[in-house]
Amino acid sequence: MSQPEIAETDRRGGSEAPLLSLEDVEVHFEKDQGLLDFFEEPETVQAVDGISLDIEENDVVVLVGESGCGKSTLGKTSIGLQRPTGGAVRYRGQDVWAAKKKRGDVDIPFSEIRSSLQIIHQDPGSSLNPNQKILDILATPIKQTHPNVGVNERRQRIYSLLERVGMNPAADFADRYPHQLSGGEQQRVALARALLMNPDLILADEAISALDVSLRVEMMDLMLDLQEEFDTSFVFISHDLSNARYFAEHGDGRIAVMYLGEIVEIGTAEQLIEDPGHPYTKVLRWATPDLALHAAGASEPPMRKIDVPDPVDPPSGCRFHTRCPEAREACRESCPALTGEDEHHTACFRTQPDHAYWDSPPLDD
Amino acid sequence: MTPETTSQQRYGDPTATTDPIIEMRNAKVTYDDGETFVLDDVSMAIERNEVVGVVGESGSGKSMFASAMLDAIPDPGLLTGEILYHKADGTTIDVLELNQEELRQFRWEEVAMVFQGAMSSFNPTMKVGGHFRETLKAHDANVTEGMEFARELLSDLYLDPERVLDSYPHELSGGMQQRALIALSLVLEPNVLVMDEPTAALDLLMQRSILMLLQELQEKYDLTMVFITHDLPLVAALADRMAVMYAFDLIEVAPRDQLIGNSGHPYTRALLNSTPNLDAPLEEMRSIEGQSPAPINVPSGCSYAPRCPLATEECRTDEPPFYDTGSDHMTACHHWDAAREEIDLNFEAIDDESTAAETEDAR
Repeated sequence: MSQPEIAETDRRGGSEAPLLSLEDVEVHFEKDQGLLDFFEEPETVQAVDGISLDIEENDVVVLVGESGCGKSTLGKTSIGLQRPTGGAVRYRGQDVWAAKKKRGDVDIPFSEIRSSLQIIHQDPGSSLNPNQKILDILATPIKQTHPNVGVNERRQRIYSLLERVGMNPAADFADRYPHQLSGGEQQRVALARALLMNPDLILADEAISALDVSLRVEMMDLMLDLQEEFDTSFVFISHDLSNARYFAEHGDGRIAVMYLGEIVEIGTAEQLIEDPGHPYTKVLRWATPDLALHAAGASEPPMRKIDVPDPVDPPSGCRFHTRCPEAREACRESCPALTGEDEHHTACFRTQPDHAYWDSPPLDD
Repeated sequence: MTPETTSQQRYGDPTATTDPIIEMRNAKVTYDDGETFVLDDVSMAIERNEVVGVVGESGSGKSMFASAMLDAIPDPGLLTGEILYHKADGTTIDVLELNQEELRQFRWEEVAMVFQGAMSSFNPTMKVGGHFRETLKAHDANVTEGMEFARELLSDLYLDPERVLDSYPHELSGGMQQRALIALSLVLEPNVLVMDEPTAALDLLMQRSILMLLQELQEKYDLTMVFITHDLPLVAALADRMAVMYAFDLIEVAPRDQLIGNSGHPYTRALLNSTPNLDAPLEEMRSIEGQSPAPINVPSGCSYAPRCPLATEECRTDEPPFYDTGSDHMTACHHWDAAREEIDLNFEAIDDESTAAETEDAR
């Protein structure tokens, strides 16, 4: 049902521009201040810093990293829920925030951008209205997008979509309240609701993290099936490299590793897991439980400190240098840029054989 | 191991250990005047100084298993059976016979428990140091010496003791809070640490880091640990022995490597195969069909039979006992030999040192 609309927007936005493009995006938050430090300079949390990323039609980008690395902020910025403090977010060439402010020539109205970019949250229980039945929850988006559709047709659409996301018998599920569903079923409803807007891109923000381990693969499979069927792109956020690998490899997409607001490595799942270039990617690989027995022992982590530095005052140079086992003086002084070939890019001096890094003394503390 | 026919099978006893510290016999937890079972006749012994990982899905009764060990079942649950605690000096405590005051001492000084979500275990209006002091005072311990030990424990957990003791809980990150809570639970030098999902809600890197620290603590202080989680691969990094729970009962108990590489229960094998991991070929990962039973509706016979691909008439009528399926390996399945043969594992259980080639093997 989404085909004609997509063709239409294609014509208007020009086929050259990627579906979504982030240009040097920066999101800084000012920390809440108490009354007493009213006259002091506000503390700024640098949640996202200088990130550029293109997302194509039918693309999959997985963001991985620790809590507080800015992956959710980046995700929300890319779907226009969080306003960047620097840089631009473009949807098919149209600046999202210019469209919202109706600044300049607006090719695509903000309402259309808003409905094309959808989100599924981590906790489906709190994203569904507890006082509405599933049928009413799912009727709302249809009423908005297709105000002329009659009650019966709406119900038919909802039933067939529920069946499509694996909720049989649909009529029975549609008549329930969210608390009468399991976590996995609630997440399916949230997914169905996002799909009803005919989105071009869905942000799945830790959408499977709250599910039991045994249900996660099933949920990812469902999202990937629907990706093909509905022609949507996914930005999938996870702190678990094995889930990231599963999703990126099946969806034929890329994994971007984030550390303290920056992308430190990006590439296909195979490139990142078989040939990680950044020491931080190796740390994430270490952290991923592995059933193969030789890896089962809790070995020392390949990093010098366990805790993440304060994002209010991120380390100079390469932000990972305070924890990196390979850090040298050069890493404290300057910040490596993302470099590499094809799709695999790494921000680490160690990938550059003739960099001054190799002659600088190691850091130890 | 040669497959044996049913009539010749030997039975395993999960309470057969050489030097048990906690013995649980026929523990049952019921609600609603015995209508609802949330722990169904479980027997298990924990060996001194071992790390046991207890794995189960949400609602499998694994938290009840942990609470039962400390006689800490939430009201109005009723715990019956026998819980024995063997002190280092050879005397034995019958946990269910303790009065309130004795139980309070037992819970901190012999067996300590760490729950998930450190934030709700701390009093938000009290600094972390206050929690340590209050705990020491409540147990009539020497506060100066106790705080000295607290500082050592915090350093063991890679925390800056002065900074952490002087912080309110909300000023610490989730990972720091959880580590401070582990230090607090150890301040009265218990012998056993029971942890119920202690790393849930933390990111994977912090989970793994905490596991590594727990292993160091276990070696330094000769602790016995019981680690309860839904995350099988996570606890596999730490555990000496693992136990799998399904529908309020234990269904398989085995040394770690045995349980992962040679499990005999179809559920354990399905659970292993459903786990996303870096080495498994993607096309072979599968979720488990169906749902686990509710506490009022546990089927007769084997509770996994409705979901089991190997189930026969016998499974639907006779509840399987623990069969002896290897050295210290017990499996509650009539068809454990068939399960090993017919349900393939989708990852390579390797025990040699081919470290770099690990992903190659899977491809």
